[in-house]
Amino acid sequence: MKKQLIYSMLFFLCIGNSFAQQTPASKQTKAFSIEGATAHLGDGTVIDDSLIMFADGKITFVGSAKMKIARQGTVINARGKHVYPGFIAVNSTLGLVEINSVKASSDEEELGTMNPHIRSLIAYNAESKVVETMRPNGILMGQITPRGGRISGTSSVVQFDAWNWEDAALKVDDGIHMNWPTSTTFRWGAGEGVKINENYSKNINELSDYLDAGKDYLKGSKSPKNLELEALKGLFDKTQKLYMHVNGEREITDAVHFAKKHGVDLVIVGADEAHKVTDILVKNKIPVVIKRAHLIPGNNDDNYDKSYKTALHLVEKGITVTIGLEEGHVRMNDRNLPFNAGTYAAHGLDKEEAVKLITLNAAKILGIDNIVGSLTVGKDATLFISEGDALDMRGNILTEAFIQGRKLSLESHQTKLWKRYSNKYKNQ
Amino acid sequence: MKKTLLLFLFLSTLVGQAQEYFPTNSGVKTTENTTVAFINAKIYVTPTQIINKGTLLVKDGKVVSVGKNVRIPNGAKTVDLSGKSIYPSFIEVYSDFGIQTPRQQPNPNRIRQYEANRKGYYWNDHIRPETNGFDSFKYDSKKATDLLKAGFGVVNTHMNDGIASGSGVLVALNSSSTDAYRILDTKSAQYFSVNKSRLSRQAYPGSFIGKTALLRQVFMDAKWYESGNAKNKDLSLEALIANKNLTQIFNAGQTNLNAIRLDKVGDESGVQFSFVGSGHEYEDIQEIKNMNATMIVPVNFRTAYDVSNPYLANQMELSDMRRWNQEPSNLAVIAKNNVNFTITTHTLKSVAVFQKNIQKAIQYGLDETKALEALTTVPAKLLGKSSEIGSLQNGSYANFLITSGPIFDASTKVYENWVQGNKHVLSDMNAIDVSGEYTLSYNNKNLNLSIDGTKGTLKNGTTALKSKFSYKDNWVTITMNNQNDSSKYTRFVGAFDDNQTSFSGTIVDESGNESSFTAIKKSDKKKASKKKNSKSTTPMVVPVTYPNVGYGFASKPKQETILFKNATVWTGEKEGILKNTDVLLKDGKIAQIGTKLRARGARVVDATGKHLSAGIIDEHTHIAIFNGSVNEGGQNSSAEVTIEDGINPSDMNIYRNLAGGVTSAQLLHGSANPIGGRSAIIKLKWGETADNLVYKNAPKFIKFALGENVKQSSARVNYRFPQTRMGVEQVFTDYFQRAKEYDAAKKSGKPYRKDLEMEVLAEILNKERFVTSHSYVQSEINMLMKVADKFNFNINTFTHILEGYKVADKMKAHGVGASTFSDWWAYKFEVNDAIPYNAAIMHDVGITVAINSDDREMSRRLNQEAAKTIKYGGMTELEAWKMVTINPAKLLHLDDRVGSIKVGKDADVVLWTDHPMSIYTKAQTTIIDGTVYFDLEQDLAKRKAIQKERSMLMNMMLNEKNNGGKVQAPKKNLNRANTCETEATELN
Repeated sequence: MKKQLIYSMLFFLCIGNSFAQQTPASKQTKAFSIEGATAHLGDGTVIDDSLIMFADGKITFVGSAKMKIARQGTVINARGKHVYPGFIAVNSTLGLVEINSVKASSDEEELGTMNPHIRSLIAYNAESKVVETMRPNGILMGQITPRGGRISGTSSVVQFDAWNWEDAALKVDDGIHMNWPTSTTFRWGAGEGVKINENYSKNINELSDYLDAGKDYLKGSKSPKNLELEALKGLFDKTQKLYMHVNGEREITDAVHFAKKHGVDLVIVGADEAHKVTDILVKNKIPVVIKRAHLIPGNNDDNYDKSYKTALHLVEKGITVTIGLEEGHVRMNDRNLPFNAGTYAAHGLDKEEAVKLITLNAAKILGIDNIVGSLTVGKDATLFISEGDALDMRGNILTEAFIQGRKLSLESHQTKLWKRYSNKYKNQ
Repeated sequence: MKKTLLLFLFLSTLVGQAQEYFPTNSGVKTTENTTVAFINAKIYVTPTQIINKGTLLVKDGKVVSVGKNVRIPNGAKTVDLSGKSIYPSFIEVYSDFGIQTPRQQPNPNRIRQYEANRKGYYWNDHIRPETNGFDSFKYDSKKATDLLKAGFGVVNTHMNDGIASGSGVLVALNSSSTDAYRILDTKSAQYFSVNKSRLSRQAYPGSFIGKTALLRQVFMDAKWYESGNAKNKDLSLEALIANKNLTQIFNAGQTNLNAIRLDKVGDESGVQFSFVGSGHEYEDIQEIKNMNATMIVPVNFRTAYDVSNPYLANQMELSDMRRWNQEPSNLAVIAKNNVNFTITTHTLKSVAVFQKNIQKAIQYGLDETKALEALTTVPAKLLGKSSEIGSLQNGSYANFLITSGPIFDASTKVYENWVQGNKHVLSDMNAIDVSGEYTLSYNNKNLNLSIDGTKGTLKNGTTALKSKFSYKDNWVTITMNNQNDSSKYTRFVGAFDDNQTSFSGTIVDESGNESSFTAIKKSDKKKASKKKNSKSTTPMVVPVTYPNVGYGFASKPKQETILFKNATVWTGEKEGILKNTDVLLKDGKIAQIGTKLRARGARVVDATGKHLSAGIIDEHTHIAIFNGSVNEGGQNSSAEVTIEDGINPSDMNIYRNLAGGVTSAQLLHGSANPIGGRSAIIKLKWGETADNLVYKNAPKFIKFALGENVKQSSARVNYRFPQTRMGVEQVFTDYFQRAKEYDAAKKSGKPYRKDLEMEVLAEILNKERFVTSHSYVQSEINMLMKVADKFNFNINTFTHILEGYKVADKMKAHGVGASTFSDWWAYKFEVNDAIPYNAAIMHDVGITVAINSDDREMSRRLNQEAAKTIKYGGMTELEAWKMVTINPAKLLHLDDRVGSIKVGKDADVVLWTDHPMSIYTKAQTTIIDGTVYFDLEQDLAKRKAIQKERSMLMNMMLNEKNNGGKVQAPKKNLNRANTCETEATELN
């Protein structure tokens, strides 16, 4: 134990000293014009041979390069290349854990069952080595989400080029994350069957009572102060969303009724069986954060491509869908988010719809579509240029990336090592 | 052993029921020597030797004579069995009757135990052939009663503990006697199981593959010991040797593959096991048949699953529902394939259902004579006791059943079960059936009474009255409620007349007044029409598929001659990419590459706009291995184990990998210990047997491991050596030094103790086996190369090798290849410097580099993983593609057979809908050895078939439930992923 402690301390010293993230870019002072690229606007439309201009951190022009209009500032010739709005990683734990197996580096799960007051933002490590590897793949923003408990806590949305969490914040405390109970139980071991969870209704009632208690508390004198219930305020005044982590068809249906009863804005997260209950989701305009495509189907009888088609089945019904990076997923793989979108496109989803999943749809769900999510005049100039199709590994090669107009370094701890050792052998 | 047997033979032949030479203190000494003659019976002397109206003469617990014209001696008691049948009573071969299984040794500190508890015995506590079941045997009268009711007369029991669990006891179920008579043999058979002893926490072996390896070593050691070369005394080996001529019974557990593997271990070791089977032998019947072993088959048919709640039912898998449907046909399939088999009550929760399940098996096509043989003559022969039990020949024990008719008919009553001449009454054969319709008259009133066996119903006209009825020993009692006031009763009690057609007696009314009543039979009860005819309609059994799970083939797919026209061909050779090219597959090989090819009889596939490539090869995966067979972590070295013992050919990941264009894979041992186990290199031939998946004459490989896993960085308690990379080096040096000395001793020609582990390590030293080593950081990579240099061999492949880029020059100098992840890192401390540019850097230095999965999900997208080397490090597309095809083939020394499209190579190819490394591509057809194992169209058809079969089986189960059948909660399979880190499930 002592040994472990010493190791962990040593480890932290290492991180603290030598491996800080790339220095954040300074504020945009001169304008940029990107000319000639295929622009994927994020709302489903494409402009071939486009012109995108931005100044003071905001997009000032989106249109055709054929337009006879003065190019502002530095002109980037991007002919043959592609421009995208920055991709957004939803339901991620980036910056909360540095190395999975080193407990001391983990800040993703607090003790307790009802933790609405637990806030991910303040633990977000803006200097994480893992986070900086997202940018060269086009992922420029993320919803940082705590885990565990019945109510895990409150997430925030950050951008990935900042000195500290405060500067990183795009939307502080955007929503509360709740893990919905399961209606069936199953115990590992031979001969154990799937059974009805006898406590299912009880578990729901506990959640219901908790929200009711919050409502009553907030209506009352609020004295003495109750930190937990205080944290529910945003749900009821609808400044925060309720992210319900729920997978089964019955559970999703029950969660929708639950949200309606309590008058809160619901987002379904996980959603394994959402395709079976699309009617109620459409009717109530509930958006869905699906899991990655790169998953093994849960049942041996499932189609091999079941997890490749989840987006298609919901999008074709008109549901607003984004891709989440669910629990149990190794966060360093968040950088493969574009390729998950690409996989959905490979299996029936329109390519621009696939782009939309991780841009405008994500922004809409997170409530930040007024500032990011598409290449639209007036929005933040958070975008990147890629050599080719950014949803394909072969094309996702970034030449430039910008957050709020600031030109990012696309270097990382990993590219430094790459160069260092490539040079070693070249010079031998 | 022989002595004791003789002693018991002596006892049981010379002595009658009163132990003859024992003193008597309770009265005058009497000797019982009655002869009993059973006459006019249909006697099954054996299942095939049947005597109608025969006589069976029994004396002193044995059959004296049997036949049609047997002279009945004076003074014999005669029992007339007209219309009745006599069968030899059954023999249970596999049981722990009367022998308590020991309690699991506690492990309060949860510390893994490496050493054995015992001294003077084998080094492994789970090898306990010295256990004598007899030493802890205590006759269990209660269980005996259950077994007698099920028709058994003799039980072979043992101590169910340990991998070698010792010798058993053969017991006659003669409850009214003593052990002096009913013990037929104190060393009846030698037992083995796949379960470790509960008396020790010794960690090794923690996996099935460890158990097979251990058994091989045990039998080798026994030979060595027998030859007199051992310097020490080993009571376990002595017992194993002493028991070697007994029947060897192996409880192989719930998987057919276990028995099939263990039979091979037996063949290698010169032992023929008889196997307690899985109950679903029908799934692998050809291989079971090839074993030439006697199967001891359980009849524990699963009850239907309760699928009334679709939400729960949806979580079930077709394979489990199928087994519910197919299991009752198991014995019929076994019998039809002429597998020698006996039937056991083992795994039945209650023996009471045994007869019913046999009847069910017969209904599903099991031949009745075969069933009877399986319960009598076959087990008798298996135990070498044919002259004593299992038949009613002269001199056999008088173990027999008296029945009302054919033994396996549902309507047949078993009256008596005689064991060693002692009668156990199961139902009174002299009881008279008084069933019928009666008129019951009293006080000028008439009621109707209908009697059925021992049940009766009172009726007023046709209206049933609330009442209670009993009939026993000729007496009838009835208690009738006042139909308006249930607190008042009228009682009848009376006895039947001699002719059994009427009874009369006293009635006591509600007020206590007594008078008399009579009841006279109007008509015999109409016997419910015998549903015997239903036997002729065999229930619907869904066909077995290959493998017998969803997406299995109805019949094994066949090799074809296929001509792909006009494809874009990724050769993987110096020709690069050939556009508009034809490729002919014939006789399992790539026969021709060119343009305008023609081939007679070939199936022509228009591949215009599509891409054809060699199948993907995954150098590092753990799919297709049974859970618990990935890691044998019970020791620092497990060179003796082989993953080939743990292959699971029905793992759905095989099919899913095919859908990702994978055709070959190296199934690696895990990384729990520095020296891991031997690999299995397979082709993903979905539907084939485990043996047929494995490459023929494949190069030999073994997995090594370095770093955090082997130094137990995530363990809670640190006590096992090594705990550091410093220690890991010494482990290797130590083992190779010993292997060198072993090899020298072996080559010297002098006798030596054959050691499986050392044999394998010596193969490495002799360059007959290649090493693939799990590795992360540069220090350990360098270290292992230096150890290899010191012992004059080469490391073949570093797998994972995430810091390979830091020592690529040294690797190049050593001549080692690399198989790495495309972009994984940050999941543990030692991968903190892992970079996705690793593959490109190593490749540029001149190392053969492959991209592997170590993950069942990623392995089905290895084409995309290869494409990442284009993004990270700027590889060319051609070189990137080689990283999942020809490069892994080179690393596996299979590049002369697979990995590229070249005339003469195996026809392992994939037709892609698009550029093979595009995110948008799909494998359309995956072919191995010229046989289509995956095809998008076939896949769609299979999906439909699965849905259809699922709903049909669910309807059948709902039907069963609605007709009052028993059901159980739906089963769910947690399909756990195997990775390097997967520890064996029973680490204790």
